Amino acid sequence: MSYLNISGLQKAFGSQRVVKDFNLSIAEGEFVSLLGPSGCGKTTVLRMVAGFETPSAGSISIGGQDVVGLPPQARAIGMVFQAYALFPNLTVAENVGFGLKVKGTGRAEREARVAEMLKLIGLPDLGARYPFQLSGGQQQRVALARAMAPKPRVLLLDEPLSALDAKVRVALRNEIRAIQTELGITTVFVTHDQEEAMSVSDRIVVMNGGIAEQVGTPFEIYNRPATRFVANFVGTLNTFEARVEDPEAGRVTLGDLPVRLPGPVAARAGTTIGLALRPEQLHLGRGPDHEVVLPARIEEVAFLGSVIRLRVATAGTRLSLDTFNRPDTPPPPPGAATEVSFSVRDMIVLGG
Amino acid sequence: MTVATTDTAAAAPAAARGPRANPWAWVAFGVGALYFLVPLVGMIEFSLRKRRGTYSFDAYTSVLGDPQFQQTFAFSLVMALVTIVIGVLIVVPAAIWVRIRLPWLRPVVEFLTLLPLVIPVIVIGFGYIRLYNTSSFLPMTGTAASTNVLLLMGYTTLALPYMYRAIDTGLRTIDVRTLTEAAQSLGAGWTTILARIMLPNVFGAVLSGAFLTFSIVLGEYVLAALLDRPAFGPYMVALGGNRAYEPAALAVIAFAITWGCMGLIQLAGRFQKHTRAART
Ligand SMILES: Nc1ncnc2c1ncn2[C@@H]1O[C@H](COP(=O)(O)OP(=O)(O)OP(=O)(O)O)[C@@H](O)[C@H]1O
Ligand SMILES: [Mg+2]
Repeated sequence: MSYLNISGLQKAFGSQRVVKDFNLSIAEGEFVSLLGPSGCGKTTVLRMVAGFETPSAGSISIGGQDVVGLPPQARAIGMVFQAYALFPNLTVAENVGFGLKVKGTGRAEREARVAEMLKLIGLPDLGARYPFQLSGGQQQRVALARAMAPKPRVLLLDEPLSALDAKVRVALRNEIRAIQTELGITTVFVTHDQEEAMSVSDRIVVMNGGIAEQVGTPFEIYNRPATRFVANFVGTLNTFEARVEDPEAGRVTLGDLPVRLPGPVAARAGTTIGLALRPEQLHLGRGPDHEVVLPARIEEVAFLGSVIRLRVATAGTRLSLDTFNRPDTPPPPPGAATEVSFSVRDMIVLGG
Repeated sequence: MTVATTDTAAAAPAAARGPRANPWAWVAFGVGALYFLVPLVGMIEFSLRKRRGTYSFDAYTSVLGDPQFQQTFAFSLVMALVTIVIGVLIVVPAAIWVRIRLPWLRPVVEFLTLLPLVIPVIVIGFGYIRLYNTSSFLPMTGTAASTNVLLLMGYTTLALPYMYRAIDTGLRTIDVRTLTEAAQSLGAGWTTILARIMLPNVFGAVLSGAFLTFSIVLGEYVLAALLDRPAFGPYMVALGGNRAYEPAALAVIAFAITWGCMGLIQLAGRFQKHTRAART
């Protein structure tokens, strides 16, 4: 059931431990993103799967076969690099056909497959061009076709979009996802852009300091972050400190407001825990069945199009608040006094 | 003085159009060209004067018809080609390996490749003779064939600084590490990577390294003389000591070969389609 299996993976460069006990199982045909800040070890994990780095400990298996001892050329893995890495001396068609040629695939079959791949990436007529004659987006598409032409068991992409400009980036990520779905290829995608990860992935692995902090669907990661780090890294967050009164019953005090959380709290009475709220769960004015209402003053208004993001000052803290744009209701001006409300059910209890 | 003033006045608008239009640039170019051309023309003129009172190619026919010329030239030509092949086979993988696996070793390797420029050739020659003489543990100077091997080793060493620098500069223009990894993930082994990716991409650099090697080997005297091999260098020296017009003819021939090589390099560059537009 799980196709790519990584367990207890570790990597140290000298005394620096870059990957510490990394575990992940990926099902066949799944699209999984590794998301995390710079230097958290995403690339290192990917390179160990590809065979360019040797793990210090742990195992990696693909389709039940342990691949740790195999050199990269024997792993049947497709790799797409941030810097495209097309072979400058080969034409687009020769680049795409390279893996098949190395395998010894016959000419007719190779040409058919190359034509098929070029069609799939939407560049059917550019086979005779050289890489320097293509735009960045086109080059990365060719790199994708080249990686997939030999039908690899796993496709690895290391920040394939970060060298492209914003528009191309969005278009290409959707295209990558569409092609991946069509071919049903098991894919690991590395990025430090959370929006990118959320929009295309079946599951996301949020990494921090060489470990997988949380693995889950974009919906789970966003709405039920398991750790404080995940909650802060993914999306915007308003955080509150609350004092635990009765952990069993989930009773805490927020400032001097008694609040009853939906479930029990894993902390002792008298200690402080972190609570968090997404900006879109905070409501301008009194919302229906919102138990908590706070007086507030508008500080900043940022009009983002479909969403308006407000910064409001309340009870000593500043909160971010998102509301949808409505053509008949202009946003309140900065300085206006108002009320904000939210429901305790929407609060996220922040773990360690 | 007057002439100079009018010149500058006329040059002012021309100079604004760009450096090409500046007459002083042309003057500098002309002086430089004369510096090279006058001795060359003088040498060519001299080489044509073997027959008294008239120009002729007598010196050339004499040189080209000399069986010793043919033998030594052929010998050095073969040595040069073999040196180039050995050099490329050693330097390309070494330079790539240093680039991707041992970057910290780079300064050491660069220093090593500079040594042949610092240490006089005669030291290498005497060293070889001491180490490999007929009463040594490895008597390589014993037969002509093994001495040729020794000579090739020496030539490779002499050409190393040029070969390494040319190829390393060529490698700098491509992302060796990522291209290697891309090829590996597509199933390619080292031979395929070197032959299909690296060599074609540094082809121009390899050619200029090869060309420098070629001219070094053709003109090399000390090593060939010390090891007593019938090479072109010692032949040129011997000829220079014995004849008047023939050495000049020989120099012109060597010069023509040099220019022929440069033309070939240019031509080869033109045939590399993948870099044509990138270069201009
Ligand atoms: N070959 C290496 N030798 C020594 N240290 C390395 C090596 N490769 C990576 N590191 C270190 O390992 C850590 C993790 O690197 P890695 O490239 O995996 O991060 P990343 O999550 O991909 O970051 P980014 O988002 O910036 O690409 C970094 O601190 C880096 O300095
Ligand atoms: Mg990285």
